[in-house]
Amino acid sequence: MMDYDSLLSKKVMEIKPSGIRRFFDIANEMDHVISLGVGEPDFRTPWAIRHAGIQSLEKGHTWYTANAGLAELRGEIGKYLEESFQISYDRKQEILVTVGGSEAIDLMIRACVNPGDEVLIPEPCFVAYSPIASLTNATVVPIETKAEDGFRLTAKALREKITPRTKLLIFPFPNNPTGAVMRREHLEEIAEVLRDTNIFVLSDEIYAELTYGNQRHVSIASIPGMWERTVVVSGFSKAFAMTGWRLGYVAGPAPIMKQILKIHQFAIMCAPTTSQHAAVEALRSCGEDVVNMREEYDIRRNFIVDGLNKLGLTCFHPEGAFYVFPSIQSTGLSSEDFCQKLLYAQRVAVVPGNSFGASGEGFVRISYSYSIEHLMEALKRIEAFLKTL
Amino acid sequence: MDKLLNLLDKNCRLTNEQLAVMVGEPVSKVAAAIEEYEAKGIIRGYKAAIDWDKTSREYVIARIEIRVIPMRDHGFDEIARTIYSFDEVETCYLMSGGYDLAVTVSGKSFKDVALFVSQKLAPIDAVQSTATHFVLKKYKERGVLLEEKERDMREDVLL
Repeated sequence: MMDYDSLLSKKVMEIKPSGIRRFFDIANEMDHVISLGVGEPDFRTPWAIRHAGIQSLEKGHTWYTANAGLAELRGEIGKYLEESFQISYDRKQEILVTVGGSEAIDLMIRACVNPGDEVLIPEPCFVAYSPIASLTNATVVPIETKAEDGFRLTAKALREKITPRTKLLIFPFPNNPTGAVMRREHLEEIAEVLRDTNIFVLSDEIYAELTYGNQRHVSIASIPGMWERTVVVSGFSKAFAMTGWRLGYVAGPAPIMKQILKIHQFAIMCAPTTSQHAAVEALRSCGEDVVNMREEYDIRRNFIVDGLNKLGLTCFHPEGAFYVFPSIQSTGLSSEDFCQKLLYAQRVAVVPGNSFGASGEGFVRISYSYSIEHLMEALKRIEAFLKTL
Repeated sequence: MDKLLNLLDKNCRLTNEQLAVMVGEPVSKVAAAIEEYEAKGIIRGYKAAIDWDKTSREYVIARIEIRVIPMRDHGFDEIARTIYSFDEVETCYLMSGGYDLAVTVSGKSFKDVALFVSQKLAPIDAVQSTATHFVLKKYKERGVLLEEKERDMREDVLL
C-alpha cells in the first residue's frame, strides 16, 4: 500500500486548492447558471491569426522551433515592445517565447529566488504567483492594496515590506481581479523606492493592451533605473483573444534571461510552433482587431460599473483588464457567503474576492468578457437577489 | 458619436440612458445626437430582426437579378423607383457587374413570387431580362445569426 501523503512533495501538498475552483464545481452542477466568472476573452481569435496558424500546418511547419522561439517572432515582439512601450531588448538574448504568460511567471520566479528570499506580492492578485513562489521555498510577503487607493501599489506600502531579504517584487498591473492600473506618476513613486536596492521586478503586463481612457499602458521597465532590474512578462492571450494557443513571452536583461532560458529549455523545450507562426501574424497585422475589442470591452465596462453602482455594490472605476471588483460590504455578507447565496438564489456565478488574497475579502470579481445582453440579464438577477437580503 | 450608431445597429432597443452610460456621455447629448441622426436621415428606422420561418407566416423570398436598358430622361434611378414602389420589393440595389438591379421580393408562395415577376416586373419597358433565384434558407441577415445560438464554449480555468 502506497502511503501517498507521506511520499509526495510536502511543498506541493501544502498548496491550498483555489476558492475559485469550488465555485466552478458547484455552478457546474446547476442548470441555467449564468456566469460572470470567466477570465478570458469571449472573442474568437481574429481570423487572420487563425488562418496563419492553419497555413503553417499546411506548409508542414510541425517541428520544434529554437528553444527561445522563432527568430521572426522574437523580432516582432522586440519591435512591438519598443514601439508601444519604449523598452528595447536584444532580439537574440533578451526575449524568450513561452507557453503563455504563466510559464513566463514561473521562469522568472524560479530563476531569481533562493530559499528564504522574500517575494513581495501586491494583493488582491492573480492566483498563481504565491503558489509558484512557495514552491521555490521563497517566503511570500503579501502587500495589501486598498480600494481607497484605486487598488494601486503605493510607495509607502511597498517601503514598509522591504527587508534585507527581499528579492523580488511581483508587479501585476493592469490588475486581475481589481482592474487597477499604475499610471506613469504612480510608477515613478515605486521606482523611487526600488532604484537603489537589489530588488528584481516581475512586471506582469498581460493586460497591457486593455487599458481604457486616453492614456496607454506604461511599462515600469521604461522608468529610469528600472529596466536593469525588471523582467517584463506578457503574451497573446488577452490582447489578441488567443488564450487557447498558449503563447506568451518574457523580456529582460541578458544575465537574467540566460538563466531563464536554461529552465525553459529543460522544462518545456519550446513554445508550440503553430502558435508562434500565428503570433507573428497577430503582431504584424492585427492591431485594429485589438482596438476594436478594446472598444467593445470599454462599452461593457461602462455599462456594468454603472449598473453595479446603481445597485449599491460600489466599485471604483477600473481602468484596465476586463474585471470589476465591487464591494459587497453593504450586504453585511462575507465574500464567500455572498457568492454562494447569489449562486443558489439567482444562479449567477461570480468569484469571491478573497480568492485573490486576504485583502480581497468584502469584494467579488465580476468579469465583463460577456455580451451586453448577458450582462443585462446578470444585473437583473443580482438586483433580484439584493432585494431578498 | 459613431459608437452610438454601432450600438444601435446591434440593438436599437437600448434606452438613451443605457446608451449614455456605455459611451460615457450625458443622456441629453445622446438624445440630441439621435434626433440629429434621424433628422438627417442617417437613422432611417428601427426594425426587429425576425426569423419568419419560426412563425406561421407563409413567406417566400427571391433574389432577382434584373438587366435594364436606361433611356433618355429615364435612367437607373427612375427605373429603380418604378420597381421598388411595388410592396413586394423588400430591397433594391444598383449593382456593378453582369446585371444592373438586385431586388429581393417576398410573397406567400413560390407561385406568388413567380407571378409577380412575370406579370409585374417583366412587362416593364426598361426591363431587358430577369433571373429569379429563390432563397432556400437564411443563415445570417444583417449581421444577425438565424441559426441556433452558439453556446459559450469557454471552460473553467483558474485565473
